[in-house]
Amino acid sequence: MSDLGISRPKGQPLPKPPFLKRFFDSTLISVGIYVVIVGLIAYGAYIGAQGMGYNWQWYRVPQFLYRNTEVGFEWGEIPIGLVATIKLSVTAFILAMVIGLLVALLRLSDLVIGSAIAVGFLELIRNIPLLVLLYLFYYVLGPIFGFDRYTASILTLAVFHSALISEIFRAGINAVPTGQWEAAKSIGMSPSQTYRYIILPQSVRFMLPPMTGEVVHLIKSSAIVSVIAVAELTTFGRNIISDTYMSFEIWFTIALVYLVVTLILSIGVSHLEKKYAVDQ
Amino acid sequence: MNQATPMIEVTNLDKFYGAFHALKNIDLTVHQGEKVVICGPSGSGKSTLIRCFNGLEWHNSGRLVIDGIEVYDGAKEIRELRQEVGMVFQQFNLFPHLTVLENLTIGPMKVRGISKAQAEETARNYLERVHIPEQADKYPAQLSGGQQQRVAIARSLCMETRIMLFDEPTSALDPEMINEVLDVMVELADTGMTMVVVTHEMGFARKVADTMVFMEAGQIVEVSPPEQFFTNPSSERCRLFLDQILAH
Ligand SMILES: Nc1ncnc2c1ncn2[C@@H]1O[C@H](COP(=O)(O)OP(=O)(O)OP(=O)(O)O)[C@@H](O)[C@H]1O
Ligand SMILES: [Mg+2]
Repeated sequence: MSDLGISRPKGQPLPKPPFLKRFFDSTLISVGIYVVIVGLIAYGAYIGAQGMGYNWQWYRVPQFLYRNTEVGFEWGEIPIGLVATIKLSVTAFILAMVIGLLVALLRLSDLVIGSAIAVGFLELIRNIPLLVLLYLFYYVLGPIFGFDRYTASILTLAVFHSALISEIFRAGINAVPTGQWEAAKSIGMSPSQTYRYIILPQSVRFMLPPMTGEVVHLIKSSAIVSVIAVAELTTFGRNIISDTYMSFEIWFTIALVYLVVTLILSIGVSHLEKKYAVDQ
Repeated sequence: MNQATPMIEVTNLDKFYGAFHALKNIDLTVHQGEKVVICGPSGSGKSTLIRCFNGLEWHNSGRLVIDGIEVYDGAKEIRELRQEVGMVFQQFNLFPHLTVLENLTIGPMKVRGISKAQAEETARNYLERVHIPEQADKYPAQLSGGQQQRVAIARSLCMETRIMLFDEPTSALDPEMINEVLDVMVELADTGMTMVVVTHEMGFARKVADTMVFMEAGQIVEVSPPEQFFTNPSSERCRLFLDQILAH
């Protein structure tokens, strides 16, 4: 299929790809197909809801986004919940990075005990469902160590995601050629100086894409803390629904908010990635 | 030369990779200011030997004393030693995320604790010495191979090293760049630096070597001054090897 390696006389136009491929590759057609598919799904949901006699009340949704009261403008529950979700996720992610880096360094260290501890930790975390981990932190460790539901949530998310993050660190660190280690050693750098000034700055490039995936993953899994009623987007959604019974409208809205946040994140990082690629 | 202080003293050194006997009963002394050129077929242990000299590899038995410091795995002085023993690699191994100037200053600043201003002054000085003062603010990827290798030499020199090790410094270079690197090495030799160079550049060896070493299968087969080495080597293997590489 590819014309790589096949010499073509210079200046001659490329042979035209088959009609079907050209048809599906054009931007207009792709967007069109996308819109049609999304439309069909939305229509299906609408018909289904109609069939069960659902009473759509979209006009009541905006008040949960913002309100203009006599005291003035005021944010609704959904943006407030979103901010809480972002705070929770950012805190958990930072903690997860710290734990993940420590576990990765332990695993890469020459200490047999160090890497054994790291592997044990990874296997343990990987094989416990997130919900069970949350219950462990909230109902078991919480009372023992005296932390509240918010701390329990942050610890759960951080510990759960630190496992994958440590693997991302490990892969990123291993992607730096050994010659860099040898050059750093040969000018007398200690292992910690080598990590700090030589290895980690170079692994950022390799770690950025999977790390973004992990942030997106964490933001989504943060919704699970609504089961212990921590104030965040999903919990607020549940509260609104129990007051208004508008499950369809509110869940659609909440899903859209998560989607928009994670999309913005991915686009932002792909710009960052390009910048890093140019710098090197 | 021989009344000078010994800088590298190797006695009865053995090195294994698992069951593989990579260095066998090595004895060698390098004096201050001496230039030693090591050659020998691929896999004979040349790299392994000089990598032992700055603790990138550890020997399993025998003794290795460098500038009065006994070298062994776990030696406390190993980081101080590495600051004294510079190493130039076949693949340059510059830090790609740092500019040329930063490549040269990061060691003095972070390892030796020298101020930025002073480190930069020294760095520019050495860039001048390797004839590329104008490249200070570029990244390694923007330089030619020959220029990169000269930056790598300057990086080692910035640590104020007393011994320089070279592991085939020109064999990754395009032919037209080999001489610019060798010229810098000849100039360095003229300053009185102690040098151990693994290379097959026999023109360079003839010009600077005080001692020639031929290795084969993990052993030092021949140690002699260049006049004798090139005209009348005592071992038959060495003669064959020289015939081979001098033939082209
Ligand atoms: N890390 C290692 N693990 C196992 N064996 C190794 C390792 N490094 C080197 N060796 C083996 O030790 C022997 C000597 O290798 P060394 O790199 O010192 O040879 P060399 O003389 O430098 O060869 P070349 O001219 O190809 O660079 C080789 O047989 C090599 O396969
Ligand atoms: Mg070698």
